[in-house]
Amino acid sequence: MATTYEPIATTTLGSAAADITFSSISGTYTDLRLIFEGMAVSAGQDIYCQVNGDTGSNYSHTRLTGNGTAASSSRGSSLAFMRFSDGGSPQTTNTSVTKVDFMGYSNTTTYKTVINRADNSNRGTDAVVNLWRSTAAITSIKFYISSGNIASGATATLYGIKSA
Amino acid sequence: MANTYIQIASVTVGSGGASTIDFSSIPATYTDLVIKLSARVTGTGTSANIGLKFNNIGTSFSGLYLGGNGSSAVSGSPVTELTIWTATYNDSTANTFGNAEIYIPNYASANYKSVSTDGVAENNATDGRDAFTATLWSNTAAINQITLTPQVGPGDFMQYSTATLYGIKKS
Repeated sequence: MATTYEPIATTTLGSAAADITFSSISGTYTDLRLIFEGMAVSAGQDIYCQVNGDTGSNYSHTRLTGNGTAASSSRGSSLAFMRFSDGGSPQTTNTSVTKVDFMGYSNTTTYKTVINRADNSNRGTDAVVNLWRSTAAITSIKFYISSGNIASGATATLYGIKSA
Repeated sequence: MANTYIQIASVTVGSGGASTIDFSSIPATYTDLVIKLSARVTGTGTSANIGLKFNNIGTSFSGLYLGGNGSSAVSGSPVTELTIWTATYNDSTANTFGNAEIYIPNYASANYKSVSTDGVAENNATDGRDAFTATLWSNTAAINQITLTPQVGPGDFMQYSTATLYGIKKS
């Protein structure tokens, strides 16, 4: 059987860092999946992402969030980053799990849709869809939080998934 | 490059049903675990919850959920039901099964274990449901056993319910 789910790169932070970046991503897969587990140095941060170093206002998202009491939905447009979390954001005492799928990341004809789940058992759970308005293939992913650092010990692994 | 999404074990419930689905002797050689579940359970109701035990321990779990039932979205904090609305009951539309993915990163670490689940129970009736949960198992032991149990009275998994455990390696 063909190999269709392969690790591309993995990072475990030995000390707090502002971001985790995967670069020089080959275009040989169909989709990408990123798995993150970790905490933040300071509480209340959200998980952001930029691809290909694009800091322009080319991102939008819609998110569904539950905080253990109420459900809500909100969105943002013409932002300078993808947003992966709200209630499911990393905290200082509870790890968060974030699963991100970059769909058709290497095609050069469509804008890129990115869907993710973010969970923090003490704060919330999110389901989010992001759009990057670019037809460029994704070759780098910068995963970071809205303010401050990702805590030491956090892990992030990028997998490539092939359709055949 | 090595394939790193590997089936560890799979269970299909036979004609007699089963009160639990159990994966034991899980090796610590992977990075993450994933369970793909398709389940229908005895009893009646809208949609069933499936409970988890790790290492035959059903305590020290905490978390919350976000769900929708076709008319509204809700969020709450489950106490013992660690996957929400992930199975159909036997009074649902025939041949329908709930489905879930249970993702457990770094299951063999010495840290507390986070668990992320996505579940659905659609039945072509007035009350299909889907839900996400964020769960923490406050135990530092490596997970070497996972037990799934319907959280309904005497409910059992019905025939053709399936659960498959996969291991994922990061290198």
